[in-house]
Amino acid sequence: MASVALTHLDPASRAAARGWSDLTIRNVFIIPTLAFLIVFNIFPLIYSLGYSFTNFAANRSDPWQFVGLQNYRELLSDDHIWSNFVITAKYVIVSVAGQMIVGFGLALLLNRSFPMKGLITTLLLLPMMMSAAVVGLFWQLLYSPSWGPINYVFGLGDFAWLSNPDSALYAVAITDIWMWSPFVMLLSLAGLSAVPQHLYEAAAIDRAGWWYTFTRITLPLVSPILLIALIFRTMEAFKTFDIAYTMTTQPTAELIAIRLYKQAFQQWDTGKSCALAYIVLIMVLAITNLYVKYLNKVKER
Amino acid sequence: MAAVRTSSEIALNRVAIVSVLIATLIFLAPIYWIASTAFKPKELAITVPPTVLFQPEITPFIRLFTKRVQMQKAVDPQVYEAAPWWEKRIYDGGERVLKVGKDVQLSQYPNRFMNSLIVAIISTVLAVGMGTFTAYGFSRFKIAGEADLLFFILSTRMLPPVVVAIPMFLMYRLVGLNDSHIGLIILYVAFNLSFSVWLMKGFMDEIPKEYEEAALVDGYTRMQAFFKIVLPEAATGIAATAVFCFITAWNEYAFALIMTNRRAQTAPPFIPSQIGSGLPDWTTIAAGTFLFLLPVAIFTFLLRNHLLRGVTFGAIRK
Repeated sequence: MASVALTHLDPASRAAARGWSDLTIRNVFIIPTLAFLIVFNIFPLIYSLGYSFTNFAANRSDPWQFVGLQNYRELLSDDHIWSNFVITAKYVIVSVAGQMIVGFGLALLLNRSFPMKGLITTLLLLPMMMSAAVVGLFWQLLYSPSWGPINYVFGLGDFAWLSNPDSALYAVAITDIWMWSPFVMLLSLAGLSAVPQHLYEAAAIDRAGWWYTFTRITLPLVSPILLIALIFRTMEAFKTFDIAYTMTTQPTAELIAIRLYKQAFQQWDTGKSCALAYIVLIMVLAITNLYVKYLNKVKER
Repeated sequence: MAAVRTSSEIALNRVAIVSVLIATLIFLAPIYWIASTAFKPKELAITVPPTVLFQPEITPFIRLFTKRVQMQKAVDPQVYEAAPWWEKRIYDGGERVLKVGKDVQLSQYPNRFMNSLIVAIISTVLAVGMGTFTAYGFSRFKIAGEADLLFFILSTRMLPPVVVAIPMFLMYRLVGLNDSHIGLIILYVAFNLSFSVWLMKGFMDEIPKEYEEAALVDGYTRMQAFFKIVLPEAATGIAATAVFCFITAWNEYAFALIMTNRRAQTAPPFIPSQIGSGLPDWTTIAAGTFLFLLPVAIFTFLLRNHLLRGVTFGAIRK
């Protein structure tokens, strides 16, 4: 009887009458994930926002006090912190610029057909898939002033890449460029392969030069995806912790994430480090917002 | 390119291909150095000029897995003769393997490797499981503020680990989850969940709605249609997402460094801690690194057609 009565409904409603309604399924599928993320990501952040207004120290048991905005005031007027931000900015600029140039260059070279192209592309992508901390550690041997292959190959004698205050940051950036250029390459290849062939054919008929074709056809059409790569790598480079932390202990290479780690887990200045974490967080969220905006733009195309 | 090629175009093409090959060699050189150091005799790891060709041996791996001490005097020839081949290799290096009774004492490496496996596998299953359901929900149903919710989900992925780790450390200390597998698994699920939702949503969007609608007409419930029609169609996507989540959890360093120290320590913070203060034994470190990187290298080849999707959170599909 019931099935007869239901025939006038659409399939989804009839299915719902037999089991859970779509609304129930939607809630059951989505709410646990949102709840999980709120409990384990948002709640901790609220918790640490509270601590950022205190002088709490996690390694002491004496009671903490509410200090208002003092932590933030002290951090923003602390030259040491500013120098960490300057170091981080230098690192981001050098390593992201390097990745964009090397990555896009590789993509331009790869953007043609040749034997074993698939294999070579995959081999080039290996560095970015590996653990930055573990591979970074091994770069210590590559950079070694006494027996490192890098100094041998380039004839640099006993130049101490990682213990020289002037070069440590750039040595880490070089390793980062090695790891993440493949990422830019991968995105650029996708952008290049999406450029319609007929545009190149038309340019060839018009006897347009290589440079003209590159700047008037290739670059404009690939730039949205290059922008995505640029923003994403900027955000990741800004957050860099593991690779720099395992490679060098030079104060001149102390990125903001390393500073935060030391303040929180070596000096146990918990209240203040919560405040610093918030300053970093706001900067990261600003870049994230930009990233998602452009991601959605490219997606719609 | 135009159908007819001039000789200069062909020459340019050749130059490009040769450059690619050279670049590939440069990019692979550090990885080759890790792999080759893992099979080098100890004294060849730090030579000037660096040793490129040598007789490979697996002694570094024997050292990697055993607890050893330096010997004060030479080994008794009778003991040496009676020892199995791998123990002789350790004696050859002037060390002896520590034993309790007759049992060889293992180093900490196998334990750390197992911790990495446990944490990575369990967190992957949970993140991909939850992510698949949620992605289906976002893909098929109307949700108020969908774009904002998806942005919220993605933004949790972008949080710097050290920022999240400070409050999590304090909270874990209250409930006793520091240095536990469960504690690390929760963090990795939280970290990978957003990725899994975004990537799976891309895969779900590609499965035609008509498949399920046909099933609903045939008398399936929505849940039956999901399990019997949608999930099999999404199998490739689920596998790719799982491999990505596994690699992320496997490689993760900051959370593991902060949240674990002995019981639940994973390989990434353990391997650098082996450097110590003296002259490091790079061959043993390389052997540990080699075994640790091997699964990721294999997975990269299996994933090669999905890498672009993975790194752009499913936004760009080729």
